[in-house]
Amino acid sequence: MSTPANTPAEYYQRDRKQHPPAFTPTYKTSVTRSPQYSLISLEQTVGEISGPRFGHNDIDPIDNDLIKNYTHGGDPIGERIIVHGRVLDENARPVPNTLVEIWQANAGGRYRHKKDTYLAPIDPNFGGCGRTTTDENGGYFFRTVKPGAYPWRNMVNDWRPAHIHVSVFGASFSQRLITQLYFEGDPLIAKCPIVQTIPDADAIDRVTAKLDMNATIPLDTIAYRFDIVLRGRRSTMFENRLEGN
Amino acid sequence: MTKLDYLTETPSQTAGPYVHIGLAPGAAGFDIYRQELGWDIAGPNAAGERIRVEGRVMDGTGSPIKDVLLEAWQANAAGVYAHPEGGGDVEEGFRGWGRVITDFATGEWGFDTVKPGATAGRNGSVQAPHITLWIVARGINIGLNTRLYFSDETEANANDPVINTIEWERRRQTLIAQRSKEDGKVVYRFDINIQGQDETVFFDV
Ligand SMILES: [Fe+3]
Repeated sequence: MSTPANTPAEYYQRDRKQHPPAFTPTYKTSVTRSPQYSLISLEQTVGEISGPRFGHNDIDPIDNDLIKNYTHGGDPIGERIIVHGRVLDENARPVPNTLVEIWQANAGGRYRHKKDTYLAPIDPNFGGCGRTTTDENGGYFFRTVKPGAYPWRNMVNDWRPAHIHVSVFGASFSQRLITQLYFEGDPLIAKCPIVQTIPDADAIDRVTAKLDMNATIPLDTIAYRFDIVLRGRRSTMFENRLEGN
Repeated sequence: MTKLDYLTETPSQTAGPYVHIGLAPGAAGFDIYRQELGWDIAGPNAAGERIRVEGRVMDGTGSPIKDVLLEAWQANAAGVYAHPEGGGDVEEGFRGWGRVITDFATGEWGFDTVKPGATAGRNGSVQAPHITLWIVARGINIGLNTRLYFSDETEANANDPVINTIEWERRRQTLIAQRSKEDGKVVYRFDINIQGQDETVFFDV
């Protein structure tokens, strides 16, 4: 058994007001997939302050380039974009060497997935997923094409704004997060029942990637910046009970 | 008034129906990466009892959810996590992390691993062997955390500080995976109910 001398320093309590509640009836699928009892508060232990780590043996350099990682002889159709940013914690410290995974529809709004039957065509040169690990400054970078909006079955006429799904690990399993990245200025953001599960307008702004002209490649690729913030951790530890008491 | 300069965590959004593309593309029906992550939790060298864990995830109508992605996080048989603060060294190839999806037709999921050992709790306490599970799917707005404990650890479970924080003794049973033997293999069954009378205990970690 692991026997750390002290109870480990904890990650800050998650501010649930910054996140969607479980039950959001305008996003219909949540109605039967939302716990009704309160979550039980759990004081963190070694299993909560630790989490999986990934290295260069796990992924390949090509994995973050969605323009090339599924090429079947050509490039995918669509607006060429860079999505980049930093993974930070709530103390504004970079989160290095952490796995970031993304997935998205193609430029026509169609996913390469057997369950997606939208009439927009599959792009033979586009897989729609990528992954990378952050550098020592928490920086990450993807090249892809801008995904298209797509209709979905919720209300009869609901459309998802262009978005990229993003999965991040952090240094501990209690920082684990999946979110979606939207694009600044998209009028569908305000109409989307999934975006609007987030109760706070500032919080919605924080899942909206910003046009970043300084990171574009002139005559080639436009750029969006998306910083991701994971839970922070106490720097000091407070033991109010001695072991054995 | 000046504000504290903390940042705020990025809001969660549902993993949606196409989570497989990003996190398990092989299951989505295409081959893109040299290797997918999370299919081998314990590796070949891990000590301890080899087990299989299986279950389904039910929605509030009692129907299996067929587009769930689960991740597992666990210690090795000695109670050590593969992490710098995990309590020691682990066997070569032991990561303790796994990722599985449910079968599109039946909603069944399962993974092979080793049974974890007891781990340190807070303030010198001991936690019964358990696996942390994290569940995402379409319709789940923020990932759900739960713990799987083992039915053959009656005494350790009775003394587990986390199980004992659950006031409703009946609900504690939702965290216990049931052990059986199938074709000589040890299988633990762990069905998860997202909602309703037998709702699984989920934790705010
Ligand atoms: Fe989507």
